[in-house]
Amino acid sequence: MSFFDGLRFRKVSSPVHKLDPRIKFVYACVIFVVAILFWELLPLIVLFLMQIPFVIVAGVKREWARSMRGAAFLASVIFFVNFIFSFISAGYVVTPSALEHALAMTLRFIVLVESFSIFFLTTSPDHLGLALEQSHVPYEFCFAFTTAVRFVPVLAEEAQTIMDAQKARGLELEKGNFLKRVRNYIPILIPLIVSAIRRSLELAEAMESRAWGATKKRTNLYVLKLRRGDYVFTLITIGILAAAVLVRIYFRIPRLEEILMGAI
Amino acid sequence: MIEVQDVYFRYPTGVEALKGVSLTIQDGEFVAIMGENGAGKTTLVKHFNGLLKPTKGKVLVNGVETTKVSVATLARTVGFVFQNPDHQLFSETVEEEIAFALKNFGFSQEVIEKRVEWALNLLGLTQYRKTSPFMLSGGERKRVALASVLAWDPKILILDEPTIGQDYQQKEKLRQFILQMKAQGKTVVIVTHDVEFVAECNPRVVLMRGGKIVADGEARKILTDPEILEQASIVPPQIAQIFINLSDLGFPKNVIDVYEAGEILLKAFKGRQRA
Repeated sequence: MSFFDGLRFRKVSSPVHKLDPRIKFVYACVIFVVAILFWELLPLIVLFLMQIPFVIVAGVKREWARSMRGAAFLASVIFFVNFIFSFISAGYVVTPSALEHALAMTLRFIVLVESFSIFFLTTSPDHLGLALEQSHVPYEFCFAFTTAVRFVPVLAEEAQTIMDAQKARGLELEKGNFLKRVRNYIPILIPLIVSAIRRSLELAEAMESRAWGATKKRTNLYVLKLRRGDYVFTLITIGILAAAVLVRIYFRIPRLEEILMGAI
Repeated sequence: MIEVQDVYFRYPTGVEALKGVSLTIQDGEFVAIMGENGAGKTTLVKHFNGLLKPTKGKVLVNGVETTKVSVATLARTVGFVFQNPDHQLFSETVEEEIAFALKNFGFSQEVIEKRVEWALNLLGLTQYRKTSPFMLSGGERKRVALASVLAWDPKILILDEPTIGQDYQQKEKLRQFILQMKAQGKTVVIVTHDVEFVAECNPRVVLMRGGKIVADGEARKILTDPEILEQASIVPPQIAQIFINLSDLGFPKNVIDVYEAGEILLKAFKGRQRA
């Protein structure tokens, strides 16, 4: 649950929140690509640190830290798998470069989570839907998407209430063997599913009573428009991508190990 | 007996819902917890059966600290009926729904049958025993939820918003029922916004605001104090409003009961006729 909290939007106002969601999405994708371009530790560290100012400017430090903590488990799995593989291929010896490689792979994953977490934390579901719509995605899909996103926290809260209600009737989720434990979840799943279906029917009625789909061509109250900040941010994004590609092609990136040895 | 000792509670989201609540509820008491939305009423009662554990402070139920035992153990003595019955109904028939908790508590088959029969009868649900709870109306579902908790005969009963979506007749039945529980020496705690219902029941009223208790006492004293009520965003019951406005004619201010009000007015009119 805590991992999803890290992706949940919280309404605050900051320069990062005000940026156009399309540009932010492109930025997250560029970071994704750049992270894939490098398998050395040094540039990945730079990439990781580079995004921290965004987190601070956006004022989402706590949520961001929570999503990082949520990713910690998977990150450690990635680290161990990589480490064990290079450990075996190096002939059962621990080499600094193997350690560095494993760390780099882990950091690459963390950078990916970091950039998308910033995107989701600073983009409201409404803006996301708007961005989809103005990218000419059919409105039905946009609507389904935003509704789904919006109902996730509602459903999570409802599941918690149902769990409380059944616990108050003496249900012990952790009791019994594996099969019994799975069966223990029936009294929670049924009310949850029933209420989700009921909610969707109500939503359909509410939508129809508000003339959903009455006109073929919809207009929007808010229209996304690129502002100066967006252009600046686009330039930064292109700059990052260009710089990364240039560095990749023309430079040999030293291993951290070598730099440390050189310092000594 | 429920003892709440200087309890603070903070949700994982960082919202501080209780800020130093102390309260003692004796055995056999009938308490109504009132207050505006978000005052912390439901958060407080969820501490009574251990669904929530205090961040600071202690909650003792019959002398046992709630952090030391499981919810299931506490639930045996503290029955909690949730606001929305749809959050708990899942069985194929009303009968099975009521038997669910009894099975969890490990009653024998014979006892279960007897208890189910008793609970169905008590809430007028016998005709629906083989019906799916999902086919019932909102008010009936609420009664099934209540029956499913009453079936194990808990000593302390907590009802979260029991009057929502109930017509006047059902409310009156509920009131009779609560009074009957009280007569049997059970502790009843209700969380409600319904001032008229509370005025008719005349319980002890605990008024909350912003995670704190702002007033605690007899219903007739608290529900007739406009200043305290305004703090908690509650409008006085209609009878109280009439009598507050009539106070310059020499009528008492602290009247909330319809029958009492009728008697006072009748006496006054008779006196005037004679004069």
